[in-house]
Amino acid sequence: MEIFGVPTQALFGQLLIGLINGSFYALLSLGLAVIFGLLNIINFSHGAQYMMGAFCGYFLLTKLGMGYWWSLLLAPIAVGATGVVVERLMLSRLYKLDHLYGLLLTFGLALIIQGLFRNEFGSSGQPYPIPPELSGGRNLGFMFLPNYRAWVIVASLIVCLGTWYMIERTKLGGYLRAATENPSLVQAFGINVPRMITLTYGFGVGLAALGGVMAAPIYQVSPQMGSDLIIVVFAVVVIGGMGSILGSIVTGFGLGLVEGLTKVFYPEASNTVIFVIMALVLLVKPAGLFGTQK
Amino acid sequence: MSASVSHALAVHGSGDARPLRIAFGVMLAFFVLAPAVIYPVFLMKVMCFALFACAFNLLIGFGGLLSFGHAMFLGTAGYVAAYSAKSWGVSPEIAILLATAAAALLGWVAGLLAIRRQGIYFSMITLALAQMVFFFYLQAPFTGGEDGIQAVPRGRLLGLVDLSDMAAMYVFVTAIFVFGFLAIYRIVHSPFGQILKAIRENEPRAISLGYDTDRYKLMAFVLSGTIAGMAGATKSLVFQLASLTDAHWSMSGEVVLMTLVGGLGTIFGPVVGAAIIITMQNYLAQLGAWVTVVQGVIFVVCVLAFRRGVVGEIANLIRKPL
Repeated sequence: MEIFGVPTQALFGQLLIGLINGSFYALLSLGLAVIFGLLNIINFSHGAQYMMGAFCGYFLLTKLGMGYWWSLLLAPIAVGATGVVVERLMLSRLYKLDHLYGLLLTFGLALIIQGLFRNEFGSSGQPYPIPPELSGGRNLGFMFLPNYRAWVIVASLIVCLGTWYMIERTKLGGYLRAATENPSLVQAFGINVPRMITLTYGFGVGLAALGGVMAAPIYQVSPQMGSDLIIVVFAVVVIGGMGSILGSIVTGFGLGLVEGLTKVFYPEASNTVIFVIMALVLLVKPAGLFGTQK
Repeated sequence: MSASVSHALAVHGSGDARPLRIAFGVMLAFFVLAPAVIYPVFLMKVMCFALFACAFNLLIGFGGLLSFGHAMFLGTAGYVAAYSAKSWGVSPEIAILLATAAAALLGWVAGLLAIRRQGIYFSMITLALAQMVFFFYLQAPFTGGEDGIQAVPRGRLLGLVDLSDMAAMYVFVTAIFVFGFLAIYRIVHSPFGQILKAIRENEPRAISLGYDTDRYKLMAFVLSGTIAGMAGATKSLVFQLASLTDAHWSMSGEVVLMTLVGGLGTIFGPVVGAAIIITMQNYLAQLGAWVTVVQGVIFVVCVLAFRRGVVGEIANLIRKPL
C-alpha cells in the first residue's frame, strides 16, 4: 500500500518517530514555559538537565540495580533537587537584574554539566535497556508499534495534561498563576512566593529529567543528548508562544509530526524544518501561535 | 527591560576622551610590538576574535540585544571567503569583501525576523536561526561537510603583496582589525549610536520621541553581522581553513563569554576578553572537555560576581568610559 508514492509502513514509521520526538518537545517546552512563567528566565540548562535525568536512570540501573520504574520516580526528584539548589544559590540572586543574566547563567551551567559528563563518559552513548514489561510490540495491521514507544507517547501526554490540570484547575495552580501576574500582591496575601519560585524551578527541572529517563531506552544515554535538542525546543517555544500551557503541548506534538513527515517527503530538510516554520510564524504572527504580545 | 543591564555597564557620557585615546594607543602598541615575543598566528587569531566580539558587543552593549547566534556570521563569511578564494581564485581583498557582503545580507534577513520579538525571545530566535544555518552548511556540498574547506590560498593582496609571507599577513590583519574597531567606535559615538542607547534604556520612550526603533535595531543587527563577517572572513584566510566549528552554537556562546569577561558595553572590553579567552583555550587545549567546564565556570562567576568585566571594572575605578 502506498500514499503519495510512499509505502505506508515507512510513512507511519516516520510519523511514529515524529510523535515520539514531539513527546519530548512537549515535555521540555512545557518545563521551560512553567519556569519562564514564574521566574521570567529561559532555562538554558534544560537540555543538560534532561541529560542528567537520563544518566541518573543509568546510574540507578548500573550501580544500584534499580530498574526503569524506580528511575522514573527517583531521577526527577534527584535532578529536581539539584535544580532547587541552583535556584537558591545562584538564580535567586539575579531576579532584580535583566532577565538576560539568567539566560547567561544557565548557559554557563549547561556548559559545566555537559563538560563534566563528557570528561567522564566521552562522546559515545551508553545503552539503556527497555523495561521487560514494555518490550516487544504489536502489529496494528498497517504498521508495527513497539510497546515502549506507545508508552512514551501516552506517558508524556498524561504528564503534560496533568501539569496543565494542576496549573489551570487547582488551587495551587491558581496561586502560581497569580504569582506570575503579580508576585508582590500574592506575597502580601501571606503566600511564600520565594519558596514557590524555588519549587517551580525544581518542578520544571524535574520534568526535564523525567523526559531524560523516558528517552534513555530510545536514544541511548550520552552527554550531548540534550544540547542540540534544547535549541529545537527553543524554536518550538518561539512558535507556540509561552503564554499557554496547552499551546506548548499542542505545538510540541504537532511539530514532531511535521518533522516526521518531512523525513518522509524531503529528508534533506528534516533538521531545519522546525526553524523554517519558526521563521514563517515570526513573519505572520510574531507573538507565536498561542501567545499574546506583551 | 534593559534598564538594568546598564547598571552593570560602564559609565558612559561624552566627557573626557583622553583615557580612550591612551587605551587605544596601548592596544595599538601591543599589537605592533607583540609579534617580537608572541607567535604571530596566535596574535592574528586574537585580533579576529577581538573584532568578532566587538561586533557582538555593538549589539548587546549598545543596543541591549543579546544575540545567541553570532556564529552564523562568522561561519558564513568564513565559508564565502574560503570558497571564493579557493574555487574562484579571487584575490584576498575581494574574498573578504564578498564574504562581508554575504554576512551583511544574512544579517538583514535574520535581523528582520529576530527583531520581531524582544528580550529573551530575541536570543532564542537568533540561536535557532544560527542552528538552521549550521545544518545548512553541514549538508551543503560546497562546504566540505565535516572536513571544511582546507588549504585556502591567502593569495596576493591587490595582486601585489604575497600574503603567504607572515609579516605581510600580520600587517594586513592588523589593518582590518583597526579599521573594524574604529568603525565600531565611530558607530557608537554617532547620533545613530546615541539613539541605539536610548532604545536600550527605554524603548517605549524612544518610540514616543518619534524614532522608528525597529529600523534602528535592524540597522544595528546588520552592522554587527557585517563586522562579525569581516572577522570571520579574515580568520579563514589566516588559518586557511573554513570549518563547521565557526558556525556551531558553541562559537556563539564563546563570543558572549569573551564580551562578558571583557566588559559588556565597553569599547575595549571585547578585545581584552577575546585575548583572555583565546589564551586560556591555548593553555588548556590538551585538557579536552575541561575547557568547556572552565568556560562554564567563568560564565557563572562573571554573571554572579563580575558583571562589569575586566575593562568595566577598570573604567569604574577611574570613573571614565573605556
